[in-house]
Amino acid sequence: MNNGYTIKDIRDGLAKGHFTAEEIFKKYSDKIKKENKKLNAYLSVFENYKLETENSTAMPLWGVPCAIKDNVLIEGTITTAGSKILKNYISAYDAAVIKKLRQTGATFLGKTNMDEFAMGSSTENSAYGVTKNPHDITRVPGGSSGGSAAAVAADLAVFALGSDTGGSIRQPASLCGVVGLKPTYGRVSRHGLVALASSLDQIGPITKNVYDSALVLGAISGHDIFDSTTVPGIVPDYTKNLTKDIKGLRVGVPKEFFGEGLEDEVNQKVRESISKLKDMGCEIVDISLPHSKYALAAYYIIVPCEASANLARFDGIRYGHSSKEAKTLLDTYTESRSEGFGAEPKRRIMLGTYALSSGYYDAYYLKAQKIRALIKKDFDNAFNLSTGGVDVIVGPTSPGTAFKIGEKASDPLSLYLSDIYTVPVNLAGIPALSLPCGKGRKSNLPVGFQIIGRPFDEETVLRVSYQLEQALK
Amino acid sequence: MAEKRHMNRNSWFGRLQTLPTHYIFMLTDKEVKHIANLARIKISEKEEKSLKKDLSSILEYIEKLNEIDTTGVEPLYQTTGLVNSFRKDEPRGEFKMDENLNEKLIGQAPRKENRFIKVGSVFEKNK
Repeated sequence: MNNGYTIKDIRDGLAKGHFTAEEIFKKYSDKIKKENKKLNAYLSVFENYKLETENSTAMPLWGVPCAIKDNVLIEGTITTAGSKILKNYISAYDAAVIKKLRQTGATFLGKTNMDEFAMGSSTENSAYGVTKNPHDITRVPGGSSGGSAAAVAADLAVFALGSDTGGSIRQPASLCGVVGLKPTYGRVSRHGLVALASSLDQIGPITKNVYDSALVLGAISGHDIFDSTTVPGIVPDYTKNLTKDIKGLRVGVPKEFFGEGLEDEVNQKVRESISKLKDMGCEIVDISLPHSKYALAAYYIIVPCEASANLARFDGIRYGHSSKEAKTLLDTYTESRSEGFGAEPKRRIMLGTYALSSGYYDAYYLKAQKIRALIKKDFDNAFNLSTGGVDVIVGPTSPGTAFKIGEKASDPLSLYLSDIYTVPVNLAGIPALSLPCGKGRKSNLPVGFQIIGRPFDEETVLRVSYQLEQALK
Repeated sequence: MAEKRHMNRNSWFGRLQTLPTHYIFMLTDKEVKHIANLARIKISEKEEKSLKKDLSSILEYIEKLNEIDTTGVEPLYQTTGLVNSFRKDEPRGEFKMDENLNEKLIGQAPRKENRFIKVGSVFEKNK
Protein backbone atom coordinates (compact mmCIF):
# COMPACT_ATOMS: atom_id res chain seq x y z
CA MET A 1 0.00 0.00 0.00
CA ASN A 2 1.28 3.44 -0.93
CA ASN A 3 1.50 5.60 2.16
CA GLY A 4 0.99 8.85 0.26
CA TYR A 5 2.00 12.29 1.45
CA THR A 6 3.54 13.07 4.82
CA ILE A 7 3.38 16.56 6.31
CA LYS A 8 6.95 17.12 5.18
CA ASP A 9 6.04 16.08 1.60
CA ILE A 10 3.21 18.62 1.55
CA ARG A 11 5.35 21.39 2.99
CA ASP A 12 8.14 20.64 0.48
CA GLY A 13 5.66 20.46 -2.41
CA LEU A 14 4.17 23.82 -1.43
CA ALA A 15 7.58 25.43 -0.98
CA LYS A 16 8.79 24.19 -4.37
CA GLY A 17 5.56 25.20 -6.07
CA HIS A 18 4.61 21.66 -7.15
CA PHE A 19 1.08 22.42 -6.06
CA THR A 20 -0.86 25.10 -4.21
CA ALA A 21 -2.63 24.52 -0.91
CA GLU A 22 -5.94 24.67 -2.73
CA GLU A 23 -4.83 22.11 -5.29
CA ILE A 24 -3.67 19.61 -2.70
CA PHE A 25 -6.91 20.08 -0.75
CA LYS A 26 -8.90 19.41 -3.92
CA LYS A 27 -6.78 16.38 -4.71
CA TYR A 28 -7.63 14.85 -1.34
CA SER A 29 -11.30 15.83 -1.58
CA ASP A 30 -11.57 14.12 -4.95
CA LYS A 31 -9.81 11.03 -3.67
CA ILE A 32 -12.19 10.85 -0.70
CA LYS A 33 -15.17 11.18 -3.02
CA LYS A 34 -13.89 8.23 -5.02
CA GLU A 35 -12.66 5.90 -2.29
CA ASN A 36 -14.69 6.61 0.82
CA LYS A 37 -17.62 4.46 -0.31
CA LYS A 38 -15.40 1.41 -0.01
CA LEU A 39 -13.97 2.28 3.42
CA ASN A 40 -16.60 4.45 5.16
CA ALA A 41 -13.79 6.31 6.93
CA TYR A 42 -15.49 9.73 6.66
CA LEU A 43 -18.94 10.56 7.97
CA SER A 44 -18.97 14.06 6.50
CA VAL A 45 -16.73 15.92 4.08
CA PHE A 46 -16.12 19.66 3.75
CA GLU A 47 -16.28 20.56 0.12
CA ASN A 48 -14.96 24.07 0.40
CA TYR A 49 -11.31 24.85 0.72
CA LYS A 50 -10.90 27.52 3.34
CA LEU A 51 -7.57 29.07 4.25
CA GLU A 52 -7.31 32.75 4.85
CA THR A 53 -3.87 33.02 6.37
CA GLU A 54 -0.60 33.47 4.52
CA ASN A 55 1.96 30.70 4.42
CA SER A 56 4.79 31.19 6.89
CA THR A 57 7.40 29.08 8.64
CA ALA A 58 5.66 29.94 11.91
CA MET A 59 2.75 27.83 10.70
CA PRO A 60 4.18 24.32 10.42
CA LEU A 61 0.92 22.80 9.17
CA TRP A 62 -0.01 25.51 6.66
CA GLY A 63 -1.86 23.97 3.74
CA VAL A 64 -1.81 20.46 5.20
CA PRO A 65 -5.21 18.73 4.81
CA CYS A 66 -6.28 16.68 7.82
CA ALA A 67 -9.21 14.62 9.10
CA ILE A 68 -10.92 15.07 12.46
CA LYS A 69 -12.64 12.41 14.53
CA ASP A 70 -16.35 13.13 14.67
CA ASN A 71 -16.37 13.78 18.41
CA VAL A 72 -14.39 17.02 18.07
CA LEU A 73 -16.40 20.19 17.40
CA ILE A 74 -15.79 22.33 14.33
CA GLU A 75 -18.00 25.42 14.40
CA GLY A 76 -20.98 25.38 12.10
CA THR A 77 -20.59 21.75 11.08
CA ILE A 78 -22.28 18.55 12.17
CA THR A 79 -20.73 16.51 14.99
CA THR A 80 -22.39 13.13 15.54
CA ALA A 81 -19.91 11.33 17.82
CA GLY A 82 -21.01 8.26 15.85
CA SER A 83 -24.45 8.43 17.46
CA LYS A 84 -27.97 8.75 16.13
CA ILE A 85 -28.81 10.98 19.07
CA LEU A 86 -26.55 13.72 17.57
CA LYS A 87 -27.45 13.08 13.95
CA ASN A 88 -28.24 16.73 13.22
CA TYR A 89 -26.18 18.43 15.90
CA ILE A 90 -24.37 21.54 14.64
CA SER A 91 -21.29 22.53 16.63
CA ALA A 92 -21.68 25.92 18.29
CA TYR A 93 -17.94 26.56 18.58
CA ASP A 94 -14.48 25.29 17.64
CA ALA A 95 -12.79 22.81 19.95
CA ALA A 96 -9.50 24.06 21.43
CA VAL A 97 -7.50 21.68 19.21
CA ILE A 98 -9.34 22.95 16.11
CA LYS A 99 -8.49 26.55 17.03
CA LYS A 100 -4.87 25.54 17.42
CA LEU A 101 -4.79 23.66 14.11
CA ARG A 102 -6.31 26.68 12.38
CA GLN A 103 -3.59 28.86 13.92
CA THR A 104 -0.93 26.57 12.49
CA GLY A 105 -2.58 26.61 9.07
CA ALA A 106 -4.04 23.11 8.72
CA THR A 107 -7.10 22.59 6.51
CA PHE A 108 -10.00 20.27 7.33
CA LEU A 109 -11.17 17.60 4.91
CA GLY A 110 -13.96 16.15 7.00
CA LYS A 111 -15.06 14.23 10.08
CA THR A 112 -14.21 10.58 10.57
CA ASN A 113 -16.23 7.59 11.68
CA MET A 114 -15.99 6.20 15.19
CA ASP A 115 -17.66 3.89 17.65
CA GLU A 116 -20.67 5.61 19.17
CA PHE A 117 -19.39 8.07 21.81
CA ALA A 118 -15.96 6.43 21.39
CA MET A 119 -17.23 3.26 23.06
CA GLY A 120 -15.63 0.39 21.24
CA SER A 121 -12.53 -1.04 19.63
CA SER A 122 -13.69 -1.75 16.07
CA THR A 123 -16.01 1.08 14.84
CA GLU A 124 -18.71 -1.60 14.65
CA ASN A 125 -20.60 0.39 17.28
CA SER A 126 -20.98 3.40 14.98
CA ALA A 127 -24.60 4.25 14.18
CA TYR A 128 -23.40 5.00 10.64
CA GLY A 129 -21.93 1.63 9.70
CA VAL A 130 -18.52 0.04 10.22
CA THR A 131 -15.31 1.46 8.77
CA LYS A 132 -13.24 -1.05 6.80
CA ASN A 133 -9.56 -1.67 7.25
CA PRO A 134 -7.66 -0.47 4.14
CA HIS A 135 -5.34 -3.48 4.42
CA ASP A 136 -8.27 -5.91 4.14
CA ILE A 137 -11.79 -4.59 3.77
CA THR A 138 -13.32 -7.67 5.39
CA ARG A 139 -11.65 -6.61 8.63
CA VAL A 140 -12.19 -3.87 11.21
CA PRO A 141 -9.81 -0.88 11.41
CA GLY A 142 -9.88 -1.01 15.22
CA GLY A 143 -11.47 1.73 17.26
CA SER A 144 -12.81 3.85 18.46
CA SER A 145 -10.82 6.25 16.18
CA GLY A 146 -11.10 3.71 13.34
CA GLY A 147 -12.19 6.26 10.73
CA SER A 148 -9.19 8.49 11.47
CA ALA A 149 -6.72 5.56 11.35
CA ALA A 150 -8.23 4.16 8.13
CA ALA A 151 -8.23 7.62 6.49
CA VAL A 152 -4.52 8.09 7.22
CA ALA A 153 -3.61 4.50 6.23
CA ALA A 154 -5.45 4.86 2.88
CA ASP A 155 -4.00 8.35 2.32
CA LEU A 156 -7.42 9.99 2.45
CA ALA A 157 -5.82 12.55 4.79
CA VAL A 158 -2.25 13.63 5.52
CA PHE A 159 -2.88 13.23 9.22
CA ALA A 160 -5.84 12.93 11.56
CA LEU A 161 -6.87 13.59 15.14
CA GLY A 162 -8.30 10.88 17.33
CA SER A 163 -9.23 10.57 20.98
CA ASP A 164 -7.95 7.90 23.35
CA THR A 165 -9.71 6.86 26.56
CA GLY A 166 -8.42 3.29 26.79
CA GLY A 167 -6.54 2.78 23.52
CA SER A 168 -8.80 4.44 20.94
CA ILE A 169 -5.88 6.10 19.12
CA ARG A 170 -3.20 3.43 19.56
CA GLN A 171 -5.22 0.27 18.87
CA PRO A 172 -6.67 1.44 15.50
CA ALA A 173 -3.23 2.86 14.58
CA SER A 174 -1.81 -0.59 15.31
CA LEU A 175 -4.47 -2.40 13.26
CA CYS A 176 -4.13 0.02 10.31
CA GLY A 177 -0.32 0.23 10.29
CA VAL A 178 0.02 3.94 11.14
CA VAL A 179 1.49 5.96 14.02
CA GLY A 180 -0.86 6.83 16.89
CA LEU A 181 0.09 8.89 19.93
CA LYS A 182 -1.82 9.30 23.17
CA PRO A 183 -0.29 12.27 24.98
CA THR A 184 0.00 12.60 28.76
CA TYR A 185 -3.29 13.39 30.48
CA GLY A 186 -3.19 17.18 30.81
CA ARG A 187 -1.05 17.80 27.71
CA VAL A 188 -3.86 18.56 25.21
CA SER A 189 -7.10 20.44 25.91
CA ARG A 190 -10.34 18.47 25.59
CA HIS A 191 -12.49 21.62 25.37
CA GLY A 192 -14.89 20.84 22.54
CA LEU A 193 -14.42 17.08 22.69
CA VAL A 194 -17.59 15.04 23.28
CA ALA A 195 -16.68 13.55 26.66
CA LEU A 196 -16.58 9.82 27.34
CA ALA A 197 -14.64 9.36 30.60
CA SER A 198 -13.28 12.70 31.70
CA SER A 199 -10.52 11.38 33.96
CA LEU A 200 -9.03 9.42 31.02
CA ASP A 201 -9.91 11.12 27.70
CA GLN A 202 -7.05 12.64 25.71
CA ILE A 203 -6.81 13.89 22.10
CA GLY A 204 -3.82 12.94 19.97
CA PRO A 205 -2.47 12.65 16.43
CA ILE A 206 -2.67 9.74 13.99
CA THR A 207 0.04 10.14 11.38
CA LYS A 208 2.07 8.35 8.72
CA ASN A 209 5.35 8.65 10.59
CA VAL A 210 6.83 9.66 13.93
CA TYR A 211 8.13 13.03 12.71
CA ASP A 212 4.59 14.09 11.77
CA SER A 213 3.35 12.87 15.13
CA ALA A 214 5.86 15.14 16.90
CA LEU A 215 4.86 18.06 14.69
CA VAL A 216 1.12 17.70 15.26
CA LEU A 217 1.55 17.11 18.99
CA GLY A 218 3.46 20.39 19.23
CA ALA A 219 0.64 22.15 17.39
CA ILE A 220 -2.21 20.92 19.60
CA SER A 221 -0.55 20.88 23.06
CA GLY A 222 -0.68 23.47 25.78
CA HIS A 223 -2.60 25.00 28.63
CA ASP A 224 -6.20 26.01 28.04
CA ILE A 225 -8.37 27.88 30.52
CA PHE A 226 -11.38 25.90 29.27
CA ASP A 227 -9.88 22.56 30.32
CA SER A 228 -8.69 22.85 33.92
CA THR A 229 -6.77 19.56 33.66
CA THR A 230 -4.28 21.03 31.16
CA VAL A 231 -0.96 21.90 32.75
CA PRO A 232 0.65 25.34 32.44
CA GLY A 233 4.11 25.77 30.96
CA ILE A 234 5.90 25.91 27.65
CA VAL A 235 5.31 23.22 25.06
CA PRO A 236 8.66 21.87 23.83
CA ASP A 237 9.53 21.54 20.15
CA TYR A 238 8.93 17.81 19.92
CA THR A 239 10.85 17.50 16.63
CA LYS A 240 14.06 18.92 18.08
CA ASN A 241 15.54 15.89 19.81
CA LEU A 242 14.26 13.09 17.58
CA THR A 243 17.74 12.21 16.34
CA LYS A 244 19.51 12.50 19.69
CA ASP A 245 21.36 9.24 20.34
CA ILE A 246 19.39 6.62 22.29
CA LYS A 247 22.46 4.59 23.19
CA GLY A 248 22.37 3.67 26.87
CA LEU A 249 18.65 4.35 27.30
CA ARG A 250 17.00 1.81 29.55
CA VAL A 251 14.05 0.03 27.95
CA GLY A 252 11.69 -1.93 30.20
CA VAL A 253 9.88 -5.03 28.98
CA PRO A 254 7.00 -5.91 31.31
CA LYS A 255 6.43 -9.65 31.57
CA GLU A 256 2.69 -9.06 32.04
CA PHE A 257 2.42 -7.80 28.43
CA PHE A 258 3.56 -11.12 27.00
CA GLY A 259 1.17 -13.52 28.68
CA GLU A 260 -1.84 -15.55 27.67
CA GLY A 261 -3.89 -14.19 24.78
CA LEU A 262 -0.99 -12.62 22.88
CA GLU A 263 -0.93 -13.92 19.31
CA ASP A 264 2.32 -15.61 18.25
CA GLU A 265 2.89 -13.45 15.19
CA VAL A 266 2.45 -10.28 17.27
CA ASN A 267 4.83 -11.60 19.92
CA GLN A 268 7.40 -12.38 17.22
CA LYS A 269 7.29 -8.92 15.63
CA VAL A 270 7.42 -7.15 18.98
CA ARG A 271 10.41 -9.29 20.06
CA GLU A 272 12.18 -8.40 16.82
CA SER A 273 11.74 -4.70 17.56
CA ILE A 274 13.07 -5.18 21.06
CA SER A 275 16.18 -6.90 19.61
CA LYS A 276 16.54 -3.98 17.26
CA LEU A 277 16.55 -1.55 20.19
CA LYS A 278 19.20 -3.71 21.83
CA ASP A 279 21.32 -3.60 18.66
CA MET A 280 20.97 0.18 18.71
CA GLY A 281 22.58 0.33 22.13
CA CYS A 282 19.57 0.38 24.44
CA GLU A 283 19.73 -1.59 27.62
CA ILE A 284 16.83 -4.06 27.74
CA VAL A 285 15.51 -4.61 31.26
CA ASP A 286 12.91 -7.17 32.33
CA ILE A 287 10.36 -5.47 34.55
CA SER A 288 7.05 -6.26 36.20
CA LEU A 289 3.82 -4.25 36.39
CA PRO A 290 2.08 -6.63 38.80
CA HIS A 291 -1.29 -4.83 38.90
CA SER A 292 -1.66 -4.29 35.16
CA LYS A 293 -3.71 -7.48 34.87
CA TYR A 294 -6.41 -5.75 36.90
CA ALA A 295 -6.42 -2.64 34.71
CA LEU A 296 -9.16 -3.75 32.34
CA ALA A 297 -11.54 -4.64 35.17
CA ALA A 298 -10.92 -1.28 36.88
CA TYR A 299 -11.34 0.46 33.52
CA TYR A 300 -14.73 -1.16 32.96
CA ILE A 301 -15.93 0.37 36.20
CA ILE A 302 -14.40 3.83 35.82
CA VAL A 303 -15.43 4.39 32.19
CA PRO A 304 -19.10 3.37 32.54
CA CYS A 305 -19.42 5.41 35.74
CA GLU A 306 -18.00 8.57 34.17
CA ALA A 307 -19.80 7.94 30.87
CA SER A 308 -23.16 7.52 32.59
CA ALA A 309 -22.67 10.98 34.12
CA ASN A 310 -21.34 12.58 30.93
CA LEU A 311 -24.14 11.16 28.80
CA ALA A 312 -26.84 12.37 31.19
CA ARG A 313 -26.81 15.63 29.20
CA PHE A 314 -28.61 13.92 26.33
CA ASP A 315 -32.12 14.55 27.49
CA GLY A 316 -34.01 15.34 24.30
CA ILE A 317 -34.62 18.93 25.44
CA ARG A 318 -31.79 21.27 24.47
CA TYR A 319 -30.32 19.54 21.43
CA GLY A 320 -30.07 16.14 19.81
CA HIS A 321 -32.76 13.59 19.12
CA SER A 322 -36.09 14.10 20.85
CA SER A 323 -38.77 11.45 20.83
CA LYS A 324 -41.99 12.32 19.06
CA GLU A 325 -43.88 9.81 21.23
CA ALA A 326 -43.17 11.50 24.54
CA LYS A 327 -46.06 13.00 26.49
CA THR A 328 -44.57 13.95 29.84
CA LEU A 329 -41.15 15.32 30.72
CA LEU A 330 -40.03 11.93 32.02
CA ASP A 331 -41.14 10.30 28.76
CA THR A 332 -39.04 12.83 26.85
CA TYR A 333 -35.97 11.66 28.76
CA THR A 334 -36.56 7.93 28.68
CA GLU A 335 -37.86 7.66 25.13
CA SER A 336 -35.40 10.08 23.51
CA ARG A 337 -32.52 8.21 25.13
CA SER A 338 -34.02 4.84 24.26
CA GLU A 339 -34.38 5.79 20.59
CA GLY A 340 -31.16 7.78 20.31
CA PHE A 341 -28.54 5.59 21.99
CA GLY A 342 -27.20 2.39 20.48
CA ALA A 343 -26.61 -0.87 22.34
CA GLU A 344 -23.11 -0.14 23.70
CA PRO A 345 -23.87 3.29 25.20
CA LYS A 346 -26.96 1.76 26.79
CA ARG A 347 -24.86 -1.07 28.16
CA ARG A 348 -22.28 1.29 29.62
CA ILE A 349 -24.76 3.83 30.97
CA MET A 350 -26.59 0.98 32.69
CA LEU A 351 -23.37 -0.47 34.08
CA GLY A 352 -22.20 2.93 35.33
CA THR A 353 -25.58 3.74 36.82
CA TYR A 354 -25.57 0.40 38.64
CA ALA A 355 -22.03 0.89 39.97
CA LEU A 356 -22.80 4.41 41.19
CA SER A 357 -26.23 3.61 42.63
CA SER A 358 -26.83 3.87 46.35
CA GLY A 359 -24.76 1.40 48.35
CA TYR A 360 -22.44 0.35 45.53
CA TYR A 361 -20.01 3.26 45.29
CA ASP A 362 -17.41 1.78 47.66
CA ALA A 363 -17.55 -1.66 46.11
CA TYR A 364 -17.10 -0.50 42.55
CA TYR A 365 -15.97 3.07 41.78
CA LEU A 366 -13.89 3.57 44.92
CA LYS A 367 -12.40 0.09 44.64
CA ALA A 368 -11.50 0.74 40.99
CA GLN A 369 -9.84 4.07 41.83
CA LYS A 370 -7.77 2.33 44.50
CA ILE A 371 -6.65 -0.29 41.99
CA ARG A 372 -5.88 2.60 39.65
CA ALA A 373 -3.55 4.06 42.29
CA LEU A 374 -1.73 0.73 42.46
CA ILE A 375 -1.41 0.58 38.67
CA LYS A 376 0.03 4.09 38.61
CA LYS A 377 2.45 3.13 41.37
CA ASP A 378 3.68 0.15 39.31
CA PHE A 379 4.59 2.57 36.49
CA ASP A 380 6.13 5.08 38.92
CA ASN A 381 8.34 2.33 40.36
CA ALA A 382 9.35 1.12 36.91
CA PHE A 383 10.29 4.65 35.81
CA ASN A 384 12.08 5.58 39.05
CA LEU A 385 15.67 6.20 37.97
CA SER A 386 16.99 6.41 41.54
CA THR A 387 16.12 2.75 42.00
CA GLY A 388 17.48 1.59 38.65
CA GLY A 389 14.31 2.37 36.73
CA VAL A 390 13.81 2.55 32.97
CA ASP A 391 13.37 5.44 30.49
CA VAL A 392 10.62 3.85 28.42
CA ILE A 393 8.48 0.71 28.60
CA VAL A 394 7.76 -1.28 25.45
CA GLY A 395 5.47 -4.09 24.37
CA PRO A 396 2.63 -4.90 21.98
CA THR A 397 -0.13 -2.31 21.40
CA SER A 398 -2.86 -4.93 21.00
CA PRO A 399 -2.74 -8.72 21.49
CA GLY A 400 -3.78 -9.39 17.89
CA THR A 401 -3.95 -7.98 14.37
CA ALA A 402 -7.13 -6.69 12.69
CA PHE A 403 -10.03 -9.11 13.20
CA LYS A 404 -12.92 -9.90 10.88
CA ILE A 405 -15.96 -7.63 10.90
CA GLY A 406 -18.54 -9.30 13.14
CA GLU A 407 -16.05 -11.68 14.73
CA LYS A 408 -16.26 -10.17 18.21
CA ALA A 409 -19.55 -8.34 17.89
CA SER A 410 -21.68 -10.77 19.90
CA ASP A 411 -19.45 -10.82 22.98
CA PRO A 412 -18.61 -7.38 24.39
CA LEU A 413 -16.10 -8.82 26.84
CA SER A 414 -13.93 -10.47 24.17
CA LEU A 415 -13.83 -7.15 22.32
CA TYR A 416 -12.79 -5.33 25.49
CA LEU A 417 -9.75 -7.62 25.73
CA SER A 418 -8.17 -6.07 22.60
CA ASP A 419 -7.39 -3.02 24.78
CA ILE A 420 -5.63 -4.99 27.50
CA TYR A 421 -2.17 -3.39 26.92
CA THR A 422 -3.40 0.13 26.23
CA VAL A 423 -5.81 0.61 29.15
CA PRO A 424 -3.19 0.61 31.95
CA VAL A 425 -1.51 3.60 30.26
CA ASN A 426 -4.69 5.69 30.39
CA LEU A 427 -5.31 4.77 34.02
CA ALA A 428 -1.78 5.99 34.85
CA GLY A 429 -2.24 9.11 32.69
CA ILE A 430 1.09 8.64 30.89
CA PRO A 431 2.01 9.05 27.20
CA ALA A 432 2.33 6.17 24.74
CA LEU A 433 2.79 5.73 21.01
CA SER A 434 1.92 2.86 18.69
CA LEU A 435 4.51 2.35 15.96
CA PRO A 436 4.00 -0.01 13.02
CA CYS A 437 6.66 -2.73 13.37
CA GLY A 438 6.00 -4.88 10.32
CA LYS A 439 3.37 -7.39 9.32
CA GLY A 440 2.44 -10.63 11.03
CA ARG A 441 3.96 -13.73 9.42
CA LYS A 442 0.66 -15.59 9.32
CA SER A 443 -1.92 -12.85 8.67
CA ASN A 444 0.23 -10.42 6.69
CA LEU A 445 -1.50 -7.64 8.64
CA PRO A 446 0.14 -4.71 10.47
CA VAL A 447 1.43 -5.16 14.02
CA GLY A 448 1.81 -2.26 16.45
CA PHE A 449 4.69 -1.73 18.89
CA GLN A 450 3.82 0.33 21.95
CA ILE A 451 6.33 2.71 23.53
CA ILE A 452 5.27 4.12 26.91
CA GLY A 453 6.95 7.04 28.69
CA ARG A 454 7.04 9.05 31.89
CA PRO A 455 4.38 11.72 32.46
CA PHE A 456 5.00 14.68 30.11
CA ASP A 457 8.04 12.97 28.59
CA GLU A 458 6.60 12.60 25.10
CA GLU A 459 10.03 13.70 23.89
CA THR A 460 11.72 10.45 24.89
CA VAL A 461 8.80 8.37 23.60
CA LEU A 462 9.00 10.14 20.22
CA ARG A 463 12.78 9.93 20.13
CA VAL A 464 12.88 6.16 20.70
CA SER A 465 9.98 5.71 18.25
CA TYR A 466 11.62 7.83 15.57
CA GLN A 467 14.91 5.96 15.71
CA LEU A 468 13.28 2.55 15.82
CA GLU A 469 11.14 3.57 12.85
CA GLN A 470 14.31 4.44 10.88
CA ALA A 471 15.95 1.16 11.90
CA LEU A 472 12.89 -0.87 10.82
CA LYS A 473 12.81 0.68 7.35
CA MET B 1 -14.26 -9.48 50.32
CA ALA B 2 -16.65 -10.72 47.67
CA GLU B 3 -18.95 -12.25 50.26
CA LYS B 4 -18.94 -9.16 52.39
CA ARG B 5 -19.97 -7.01 49.48
CA HIS B 6 -22.95 -9.17 48.66
CA MET B 7 -24.16 -8.99 52.23
CA ASN B 8 -24.15 -5.21 51.96
CA ARG B 9 -26.49 -5.21 49.00
CA ASN B 10 -29.54 -3.06 49.40
CA SER B 11 -32.74 -4.89 49.99
CA TRP B 12 -34.67 -3.12 47.25
CA PHE B 13 -32.60 -4.97 44.75
CA GLY B 14 -34.38 -8.06 46.01
CA ARG B 15 -31.31 -9.98 47.00
CA LEU B 16 -30.54 -10.15 50.69
CA GLN B 17 -28.90 -13.53 50.88
CA THR B 18 -25.16 -14.01 50.72
CA LEU B 19 -24.32 -15.90 47.58
CA PRO B 20 -21.82 -18.72 47.43
CA THR B 21 -18.29 -17.68 46.46
CA HIS B 22 -18.36 -19.64 43.20
CA TYR B 23 -21.40 -18.72 41.25
CA ILE B 24 -22.37 -17.29 37.92
CA PHE B 25 -23.08 -13.63 38.59
CA MET B 26 -26.60 -12.83 37.46
CA LEU B 27 -28.59 -9.66 37.94
CA THR B 28 -32.30 -10.08 38.57
CA ASP B 29 -35.00 -8.75 36.21
CA LYS B 30 -36.01 -6.34 38.94
CA GLU B 31 -32.46 -4.99 39.19
CA VAL B 32 -32.19 -4.45 35.44
CA LYS B 33 -35.53 -2.60 35.40
CA HIS B 34 -34.49 -0.49 38.36
CA ILE B 35 -31.16 0.50 36.75
CA ALA B 36 -32.89 1.41 33.48
CA ASN B 37 -35.26 3.64 35.40
CA LEU B 38 -32.38 5.36 37.22
CA ALA B 39 -30.54 5.81 33.90
CA ARG B 40 -33.67 7.27 32.30
CA ILE B 41 -33.61 4.79 29.44
CA LYS B 42 -36.70 2.93 28.36
CA ILE B 43 -35.76 -0.64 27.47
CA SER B 44 -37.74 -3.26 25.60
CA GLU B 45 -38.16 -6.78 26.94
CA LYS B 46 -35.68 -8.04 24.41
CA GLU B 47 -33.14 -5.40 25.46
CA GLU B 48 -33.76 -6.26 29.08
CA LYS B 49 -32.81 -9.88 28.44
CA SER B 50 -29.61 -9.09 26.56
CA LEU B 51 -28.60 -6.32 28.99
CA LYS B 52 -29.12 -8.72 31.87
CA LYS B 53 -26.78 -11.24 30.27
CA ASP B 54 -24.14 -8.71 29.14
CA LEU B 55 -24.06 -6.72 32.38
CA SER B 56 -23.89 -9.89 34.44
CA SER B 57 -20.90 -11.21 32.51
CA ILE B 58 -19.08 -7.87 32.77
CA LEU B 59 -19.83 -7.63 36.50
CA GLU B 60 -18.54 -11.15 36.93
CA TYR B 61 -15.32 -10.18 35.16
CA ILE B 62 -15.01 -7.11 37.38
CA GLU B 63 -15.24 -9.35 40.46
CA LYS B 64 -11.58 -10.14 39.95
CA LEU B 65 -10.69 -6.78 41.52
CA ASN B 66 -11.62 -8.30 44.86
CA GLU B 67 -8.54 -10.51 44.64
CA ILE B 68 -6.52 -7.46 45.71
CA ASP B 69 -6.55 -6.14 49.25
CA THR B 70 -6.77 -2.36 48.93
CA THR B 71 -6.93 -1.57 52.63
CA GLY B 72 -5.14 1.73 53.27
CA VAL B 73 -4.73 2.55 49.56
CA GLU B 74 -5.62 6.13 48.65
CA PRO B 75 -7.87 6.24 45.56
CA LEU B 76 -6.47 8.01 42.48
CA TYR B 77 -9.05 10.26 40.82
CA GLN B 78 -6.74 12.14 38.48
CA THR B 79 -3.12 11.98 37.47
CA THR B 80 -1.86 15.49 36.70
CA GLY B 81 -1.15 16.47 40.29
CA LEU B 82 -2.79 19.85 39.66
CA VAL B 83 -4.62 21.29 42.65
CA ASN B 84 -7.16 24.11 42.41
CA SER B 85 -6.85 25.19 38.81
CA PHE B 86 -8.14 28.77 38.91
CA ARG B 87 -8.83 31.31 36.22
CA LYS B 88 -9.69 34.96 36.54
CA ASP B 89 -13.35 35.63 37.12
CA GLU B 90 -13.75 38.03 34.22
CA PRO B 91 -16.14 38.16 31.29
CA ARG B 92 -14.53 36.50 28.27
CA GLY B 93 -15.97 38.83 25.71
CA GLU B 94 -15.53 36.41 22.84
CA PHE B 95 -19.20 35.59 22.62
CA LYS B 96 -21.64 38.41 21.95
CA MET B 97 -25.25 37.77 22.81
CA ASP B 98 -27.00 38.39 19.54
CA GLU B 99 -29.43 36.58 17.28
CA ASN B 100 -26.61 34.52 15.81
CA LEU B 101 -25.48 33.17 19.17
CA ASN B 102 -29.06 32.76 20.24
CA GLU B 103 -29.68 30.59 17.20
CA LYS B 104 -26.55 28.54 17.92
CA LEU B 105 -27.54 27.84 21.48
CA ILE B 106 -31.33 27.70 21.43
CA GLY B 107 -31.84 26.98 17.75
CA GLN B 108 -31.15 23.29 18.16
CA ALA B 109 -33.77 22.62 20.78
CA PRO B 110 -36.36 20.28 19.28
CA ARG B 111 -39.25 22.27 20.76
CA LYS B 112 -38.97 26.00 21.17
CA GLU B 113 -40.83 29.27 21.00
CA ASN B 114 -38.93 32.48 20.22
CA ARG B 115 -35.99 32.54 22.58
CA PHE B 116 -37.35 29.86 24.86
CA ILE B 117 -37.05 26.09 25.02
CA LYS B 118 -40.33 24.30 25.56
CA VAL B 119 -40.39 21.46 28.05
CA GLY B 120 -43.08 18.83 28.52
CA SER B 121 -45.27 18.79 31.60
CA VAL B 122 -44.04 17.00 34.68
CA PHE B 123 -47.45 15.55 35.47
CA GLU B 124 -49.88 13.78 33.18
CA LYS B 125 -53.30 15.37 32.80
CA ASN B 126 -56.16 13.53 34.44
CA LYS B 127 -57.83 11.28 31.95
